[in-house]
Amino acid sequence: MELSEHIKTANVEDVTLRRPFHPALRGTLCVTSHHLLFSDGKDEASWQLLILLKNIDAIEKSVEILFGYPRAVGSSGTITIKCKDLLVLQLEIPGMEECLNIASSIEALSSLESVTEMYPFFYRPSHLTLSGPWGLSSMEQYYKQTERLWDRWRISTVNSDYSVCLSYPSAVIVPREVDDDMLIRSARFRQGGRFPVLSYCHHRNGMVIMRSSQPLTGANKKSCKEDELLLRAVIDGSKLGYIIDLRSAQQAQQARMTGGGFESKSCYSDWKRFHRHHERDGHSVLVHGSEGTDNTLLVSSLAQLILDPASRTVTGFLCLLEREWIQAGHPFQQRCAHSAYSHARLKQECPSFLLLLDCVWQVWRQFPLALEFSEALLLRLAQEVYASNYGTFLCNSEQERCAAGVKENTHCLFQSLLRPDIEEQYLNPLYEPTDLVIWPSVHPQSLQLWTGLFLRWTEYAQNMEEAREEVWSIVKEHREQAGPDRTNNMLSTHCDTLTPFENLMDELTIL
Amino acid sequence: MEHIITPKVEHVKLLNKYPEKKSALGTLYLTATHLIYVEQTNNSRAETWVLHHHIMSVEKLPLTAPGCPLLIRCKTFQLLHLLFQKERDCQDVYQSLLHLSQPVKEDELYAFLYTPHQNQEDRRQGWEFISVANDFSRMGLSNEYWEISPLNKNYEICSTYPSILGLPKNASVAVVTGSAKFRSRGRLPVLSYYHKDTKAAICRCSQPLSGLTSRCVEDEQMLQAISQANPNCPFIYVVDTRPKLNAMANRAAGKGYENEDNYSNIRFQFQGIENIHVMRNSLQKLLEVCSMKSPSMSDYLTGLENSGWMRHIKSVMDAGVFLAKAVSEERASVLVHCSDGWDRTAQVCSLACILLDPYYRTIKGLMVLIEKEWISFGHKFSHRCGHLDSDPKEVSPVFTQFLECVWQLSEQFPCVFEFNERYLIEIHNQVYACQYGNFIGNCQKERLDMRLHEKTFSLWPHLLKNQHLYRNPLYRRSLESTVLRPSTLPLHFKFWCGMYNHYDGGMHPKQSVLDQLLSLTQKQVEGERTMTELQRQLAVADGVLPDPSGLISTPTKQDSPCEKTPTAPVVQSNGSCAPLINGDAEEAVPGAEKCNEEEGAES
Repeated sequence: MELSEHIKTANVEDVTLRRPFHPALRGTLCVTSHHLLFSDGKDEASWQLLILLKNIDAIEKSVEILFGYPRAVGSSGTITIKCKDLLVLQLEIPGMEECLNIASSIEALSSLESVTEMYPFFYRPSHLTLSGPWGLSSMEQYYKQTERLWDRWRISTVNSDYSVCLSYPSAVIVPREVDDDMLIRSARFRQGGRFPVLSYCHHRNGMVIMRSSQPLTGANKKSCKEDELLLRAVIDGSKLGYIIDLRSAQQAQQARMTGGGFESKSCYSDWKRFHRHHERDGHSVLVHGSEGTDNTLLVSSLAQLILDPASRTVTGFLCLLEREWIQAGHPFQQRCAHSAYSHARLKQECPSFLLLLDCVWQVWRQFPLALEFSEALLLRLAQEVYASNYGTFLCNSEQERCAAGVKENTHCLFQSLLRPDIEEQYLNPLYEPTDLVIWPSVHPQSLQLWTGLFLRWTEYAQNMEEAREEVWSIVKEHREQAGPDRTNNMLSTHCDTLTPFENLMDELTIL
Repeated sequence: MEHIITPKVEHVKLLNKYPEKKSALGTLYLTATHLIYVEQTNNSRAETWVLHHHIMSVEKLPLTAPGCPLLIRCKTFQLLHLLFQKERDCQDVYQSLLHLSQPVKEDELYAFLYTPHQNQEDRRQGWEFISVANDFSRMGLSNEYWEISPLNKNYEICSTYPSILGLPKNASVAVVTGSAKFRSRGRLPVLSYYHKDTKAAICRCSQPLSGLTSRCVEDEQMLQAISQANPNCPFIYVVDTRPKLNAMANRAAGKGYENEDNYSNIRFQFQGIENIHVMRNSLQKLLEVCSMKSPSMSDYLTGLENSGWMRHIKSVMDAGVFLAKAVSEERASVLVHCSDGWDRTAQVCSLACILLDPYYRTIKGLMVLIEKEWISFGHKFSHRCGHLDSDPKEVSPVFTQFLECVWQLSEQFPCVFEFNERYLIEIHNQVYACQYGNFIGNCQKERLDMRLHEKTFSLWPHLLKNQHLYRNPLYRRSLESTVLRPSTLPLHFKFWCGMYNHYDGGMHPKQSVLDQLLSLTQKQVEGERTMTELQRQLAVADGVLPDPSGLISTPTKQDSPCEKTPTAPVVQSNGSCAPLINGDAEEAVPGAEKCNEEEGAES
């Protein structure tokens, strides 16, 4: 069925639009295959509101039937549109039939399931070409850049056809001494084939964060030699590693009943397992929950933000998201199909990524000088992950993106965010790079409501915008005053102390 | 000094909140004014200074194996947990602190000992620096509707009111005195704030002695006069800030609230702010939450909710917003009271002033406002803050709530206040410190009798001298003409960690935007200063300015070559932006509360 067949009424005149904190507007409403367009006039100066239908989370309609006849003159309807970016709109549409038509079009077109019908496959702005680079980095490039890995770690392409693990990328980083056959066996022992792979290698002490899914020990405590060897190879002679099981001890026990489980002490004698935070330092860790596609990624990427200065730049952060979320197989399509307003409670829906952005915001609030990017970038990502012109957050894994031809047929959000003219609005004016680890406080008093996101459609947002402008103008004025010597400020040196993994789990308990 | 049994105790441990952190041994000193704890390790020396007046309670906890614990709670929300090796030492310190923290007589207060380097003339000027009378002139009074009257100059009409009162011009002396007799403690309706643009006024008073049936013609005429003083609105609002139930209960005791039938053209409103006892208990519960050792998120949120604190803050804010709206939008005058008209009434009137008038959002304006609505109108600082050993039921955080409301506003409107959070916290500390005379006593008459202006110094010049610390770098003067319309939806209220967990450094952001912006703008200020100085020197060299030590005047024409190049190489800033500022308000607080519980950030 063609998308346009869903549209029974494409245009309605005399529609009244109501938005919070704005006067009501009267104008024309137009539904296309992917957008809802409202315009308050026909000339070029008219004000327009363009909403991606995919952004619409829920719609409520109420029709008033005057004179008892649905077709009678004067009947009208109101549609309330609740968006995934938390905007709520009301449209008063004259004519009950038109109202119902518009509502049903929106309902059908906002919940498309076929990836190739989605808007990124149709988005063709004149300033972008499809032949440009897609994505920022590959696993191979990451490996090449990370000299620390070369000695003990290797790139494995055992998953090049996605047959070992459907949700992993085609290339992963594993201990050099573990061969592909062992990986295949380990994968069979892990849920969804997500065998332990390297997530991060600490740039100073060489300790690593590994991530995986839960082992399939099941009720009768199965074990897997290769999986054990793989983890032993991770430690490589050093005393001990830590397995951080993000579930409670009870949940982990229960998982055995459904075929899942946890690493037993007897089989993994070099590893110590924790379900809650504990003092530790200078050891490698393996992180997993059950599937290893949500909280696991949340924890591993947050840990990198805290530990690794490179991931706190705009490019570094986007690379981190690309590696740890997109390539690592977070099922974006399933998780972000709906958001908070939807009545359709889908089992696969979960705001994992939003939770990450909130955590990053909390870190930024506590270290407002340490991140190169601003809150605006986080807000943009929170929007893009639910509804986007770009293909970056489409599908659930690299394998799906490959099959759907995402790279060939859509534009890349991250590439577009890094264009020099665009990037500036996402910069933190107070950024001062630091090599230090940024341990955030996890006291309840230290965590706040992310007002920038949750109050973004209130008057409050305007006051915050004023404050942001003021900060920028102070910084710009200062830079002008400082003149060419400004660079001296930026190059302030920092002590290069060795920072152990101490307290890592304190931070992880936010989750 | 006679209370100090042992002036120095060694081998005392200051326990911190985080069990994983080791606490070192130190030495405790008791002086006439301060408790000082010195922690000396090989390469560092940390001092914690606590003013005796800041101590709210001292509690001896049951003996434990490692030693004898003493818990000191402060009015500044600092919490000290000391561990003594000897029971005897603990007992001595406990006894001493009990006396030192609760002086019996006024002249034992710090302000009577404190002598900064000021001569008598400075002292006098200091006390005259903030003047309520000047503020009335600023509002444009007296004018055709209102007069500033010396009727109360001997405090005979109302002993707890200031000597000058703003009264409607057409209210006769008989009406004024008659109305005073019908109001609790003689606190008759008088002007608090006059809004020039709308000609509407905010007036304040105490509850009427209406009981179940009483009425008073003069009081009715007084309200009429207030109403007539506003040509723009045919009625006035009468706002009783109490919950209706409390007001009704007062009727049985011969007090109560205005009967709308007896007064012409009034619109009566309850606002539902709870009394001082509810607020005191609420704060106590809030502080229990703040001092929990490692609460889960739900422990914390449940505790915060159960304390009711945020609900009370919202109720004060709601009432303030009601007043400001009535004045600015309906152009209606408002008469505000509670029971005695010195707690809730002060909160609500002063908040409305801040919403209406940008002047009160400046560093000096807030001083004026506090001097006017709180000090001169007889908010009982001595009783509410428990300066002396007195009835604990009189203590209540009414002023703290006002400061918090201002802070909540500054969070909603980051660019409209000239001052930052530290200013509010510093004022709060000073209210309890009794180092300056401003907040000693319960009303103007009492202060006069104590001869505070001769024996103590005023806080305001001291704050002004340090105003660079209290500046809000985001302050935009261009926004100043606006009436603030804050949202009072619950989600706009935040827990004020900077106040109630001020001494838990580990909870605060590890880098401070405020410090960063202050240092950036400070450099600009300095840059401009250097520029002016250079221009002056040039002028001197050119023989334009004869006297090298003369005051810097506006640049003359001859200076212009320099003016054209404002980015001259002299104005250099040499990389002094600290890489990681472990900044919270600690530095801004004099008295050296240097006890950092920095929960080991970057090591």
